[in-house]
Amino acid sequence: MDKAVEIEKLSFFYPDGQKALKDINLVIYPSENVALIGPNGAGKSTLLLHLNGILRGNSTVKVFDLPVEEKNLKEIRRKVGLVFQDPEDQLFSPTVFDDVAFGPINMGYSQTEVKQCVTQALKWVGMNGYEQRSPHHLSVGEKKRIAIATVLSLNPELLVLDEPTSNLDPRSKWSLIELLKRLPMTKIIAAHDLELVRTLCQRTMILDEGEIVAEGNTTGILDNIPLLRVHGLAPEEDSSKALT
Amino acid sequence: MKHSFIDRYSDLDSLIHRLDPRTKLVTSVVFIVLVVLTPIRNWQAFILYFCLMATLLIISKLPPLYVLKRSLVIFPFVLLIAIFIPFFKPGEIAGSYNIWLWQVSVTYSGLLVLANVAVKAWLCIFSLILLSSTTKFTDLLKGLKQLGVPKVIVLILSFMYRYIFVLIGEVMRMRQARDCRNFGGGRLRQLKTLGNMIGTLFIRSYERGERIYAAMLARGFDGEIRSLHRLNFKKVDAYFGVTFGLVLISSGIVFW
Repeated sequence: MDKAVEIEKLSFFYPDGQKALKDINLVIYPSENVALIGPNGAGKSTLLLHLNGILRGNSTVKVFDLPVEEKNLKEIRRKVGLVFQDPEDQLFSPTVFDDVAFGPINMGYSQTEVKQCVTQALKWVGMNGYEQRSPHHLSVGEKKRIAIATVLSLNPELLVLDEPTSNLDPRSKWSLIELLKRLPMTKIIAAHDLELVRTLCQRTMILDEGEIVAEGNTTGILDNIPLLRVHGLAPEEDSSKALT
Repeated sequence: MKHSFIDRYSDLDSLIHRLDPRTKLVTSVVFIVLVVLTPIRNWQAFILYFCLMATLLIISKLPPLYVLKRSLVIFPFVLLIAIFIPFFKPGEIAGSYNIWLWQVSVTYSGLLVLANVAVKAWLCIFSLILLSSTTKFTDLLKGLKQLGVPKVIVLILSFMYRYIFVLIGEVMRMRQARDCRNFGGGRLRQLKTLGNMIGTLFIRSYERGERIYAAMLARGFDGEIRSLHRLNFKKVDAYFGVTFGLVLISSGIVFW
């Protein structure tokens, strides 16, 4: 197994016929941290939803050499942990325990295994002791951590995160980044937060209007201000002058 | 944002709190059915029911004022349905009034029906408050599931419990946003704005539903609802059930 994700010529249309992804080619290697940046509406979330088969374009997505197809879905969804941007969507159970246990229970683990998975996952995100709390009484930072725990409980090999630091204050944000740094699995992170990208990811791709328009070493991409500016990721020339 | 909970005070500790949710569910249903079936003429039975509820409420350590306040919530509904009955039910006239052009009269039998409905509704709401304030909502759901209520219904209830706060938050934010932009103008315009807000709320909820479903799929959901916990039926549940049943049966024998 030499590739974590392999996508060849993936295109996807929204139900109304609008093109969302155009000929996406990408390869991600195991234990890599890759960032996916791009303006709002570029198709980042849509691309992420292809990685575990929630959306399926023309089937040219392979995850750990398994093609994303109906018969592999269960295996793929165990291996790929997808964390949604809004934890209110991710956390749908009455208690934290039920939410973190949801994946393992669906996979048919035994009661003791489920409990172990939940304890381990909560330990990873530093949220032990929250098992019986209701998700709606937690702070945003806590919700984000629990949302990550809900996929860690399946021990995924690939962690896919959509805007993990959105809506977080700087302290929660940096402690979340530290947390993600400690997690050993392969990660794909869609983000607007370039500080996060710089700290966490070795490789960066820019997605704009459904196409990958640039790809490379993170420092190289993030230091290329004109490139970022073209894709709406850096301030326009005038305003940046005004700031300095 | 904090909201008042459906199951406020459910984390207190008392004999009633410690009972198995299934015991409480079954006894509540039995109690309600019995109250509804008791004829109003047996007013002694209703005194007994009230005493029973009062005793249980005292044992459960719920703040009496809170229970009383919550129980009053039912009256607008009761009145809406039953307020006209005294005027229409034929029978012995209790009083007769002239309201503008009409002459209306109130009958004794009509008043009796009104009292009947009001008292029964009040008793039922007491038992439901007792149930919902002494049982965590999650335990109630487990109890329902194990009593054989269809999983889909239990799941719907659990989503309701989880998202009602999110929706309330959304409505409150929308209202603030509306007020910030100087909501005013004629009544018609206000209604139109309100309509738009309701529509927006519906679309947002619908889309949220889709995202939640995607989040469920992403964690291996395949339409089968599984769960882990089993509840424990304890000795004290048996005692409580038997005692409660005996009290109700004896009241039936004595007053019917």
